[in-house]
Amino acid sequence: MSSKAKLSLYIGLIVVFSFYTTIVYTLTAKQDSVDVTEVMKGKMIWQEKNCLACHQIYGLGGFLGPDLTNVYSNQTKGPAYITAFVRNGTPTMPSFSLTESEMNSLLAFLQHVSASGQSNPQSFKINANGTIEGK
Amino acid sequence: MEPLRENDSRIPKLFIVAGLGLLFLAMAFGIVGALQYVVPGLLKQYLSFEKVRPLHVSSAVFWIIFGAMGGTLAYLQRFGEKPYRPGLLRLQFWILSMAVILILGSYLAGIFGGREYWEFPPPLAILIIVAWILYVINVVSAVKTLRGQPVYIWMWITGAFGFLFTFSESYLWVFPYFQQHIVRDMTVQWKSYGSMVGCWNMLVYGLGLYLMEKISNDTSYAQSRMGFALFFLGFFNLLFNWSHHIYTLPIPQGIKNVGYLVSMTELFILGRIIYKWKASVTTAQKFNHLLPFRFLMAADIWVFLNLSLAILMSIPAFNVFTHGTHITVAHSMGTTIGINTMLLLAVAFDVLNPERKVIGTNLIIKRSIWVVGISLFVFLSSLVLAGVHRAKWQMAETPVSFGTMMNGITPYFVAVTVAGIIIFLGLAFIILALFRVVKGSR
Repeated sequence: MSSKAKLSLYIGLIVVFSFYTTIVYTLTAKQDSVDVTEVMKGKMIWQEKNCLACHQIYGLGGFLGPDLTNVYSNQTKGPAYITAFVRNGTPTMPSFSLTESEMNSLLAFLQHVSASGQSNPQSFKINANGTIEGK
Repeated sequence: MEPLRENDSRIPKLFIVAGLGLLFLAMAFGIVGALQYVVPGLLKQYLSFEKVRPLHVSSAVFWIIFGAMGGTLAYLQRFGEKPYRPGLLRLQFWILSMAVILILGSYLAGIFGGREYWEFPPPLAILIIVAWILYVINVVSAVKTLRGQPVYIWMWITGAFGFLFTFSESYLWVFPYFQQHIVRDMTVQWKSYGSMVGCWNMLVYGLGLYLMEKISNDTSYAQSRMGFALFFLGFFNLLFNWSHHIYTLPIPQGIKNVGYLVSMTELFILGRIIYKWKASVTTAQKFNHLLPFRFLMAADIWVFLNLSLAILMSIPAFNVFTHGTHITVAHSMGTTIGINTMLLLAVAFDVLNPERKVIGTNLIIKRSIWVVGISLFVFLSSLVLAGVHRAKWQMAETPVSFGTMMNGITPYFVAVTVAGIIIFLGLAFIILALFRVVKGSR
């Protein structure tokens, strides 16, 4: 392969990648309208307390605690359950002294995450070609 | 600024020595983290897990970055009419070092604000970007053109520019368009992370290829059709296979399918490893007496095992079971310790001990490589078993509490911790031997 052919292939791949990147930036799932300010405040609390070191969203994050994608809408858990854990901690998890307003923002964020989709692996159907799709 | 003297690798050596220090820290924090799985609440008041995890991960990532920068900058001195500038190199080293000190300090103080893997307050990322721009300038000024260059130069250029792009891309979340849309934000986050790992792998695997060429005196592979075919296949995967990280995210099916199909092209690399196995063993017998070669061979075995696991995990039907379990951790640990660390240690021995002086402890180092290898196998197998346990729990028809599941995997974590301590001791011995070489040559 000549240097020119290698360079052409290299540049060609970068051009296709740029095109694909533009699609990815613009073509992700729609979401319901939310109280952006409240949700974003909650998201920053989530990041500032580094919750993801132990917890996951959509299976991505740490492994010491459970996945919290749908904890807000889980009928046996929900906002009161989340608040109790955040305020009191566990033998492994520190207690966090959040103000009432901060706690509400964090709950708004978790509600928003929960509304975006399902993370439970049981909610996927496996196809014969190896792909998966939501049931 | 005065040009760098020929074969003067003092500054690249500094990068490697600092990297080795970070590897030591990464392992130490890793042991603390593993112990916190076994003894819940251990050090909770002073060094809780949300501090320990980023301390461990960032130290490991910066070990790879410092090691890869040191190795490429040391080897690049062979290229280019005008060597790069030592002033820029020093500036790059000190800016990056300052970033690492501030980042680790912020974690210790419990100051976060970023996201997984880059949990520090976002303004600190500017230091990393500035240091990386200086690195790109240094690399480009040494290489000048890609025409006629061996494949590892293509890999280094790709890794250098690619990291700068993907690292910047991973900070798009600071803009409302990305930040306010949870799925878009996570998609772009894992798009950038997936490619970013590919970029530092380009740097590190390129170093391995260069070193192999240097040891064997065979320059044919780095200019061969096969060498470039594999490079372009790796580059193709770097750009397009990242969506295998996010199969469970509610994104368009087409994006998932692209990741799935592209990942399967790695079967070609796996097949080639198996096909060339006999030739690799013959080469191993020829150069086995050289310490850097021992590390290269160790990395080869882990490439095979990790690639096999990676391909399996890239099949969505398999991924739905392994995603969010310790099988993913086993894969990333296997890649970081088994491949990247082994290759970078080979480079460290070559750069820090270029005359291949016999170190008084040569035999013990060779034994340490074996001890680390066997312990790493136990370490990763235990993580895989813990992952299988968690996968069964995730799929159980009758829900079991998270705490009960975690109690069930404690025995695996005892094995992970014990194997981790042995890996730590084995690698610590190798690092100390390298430090002794540096001290002796001053």
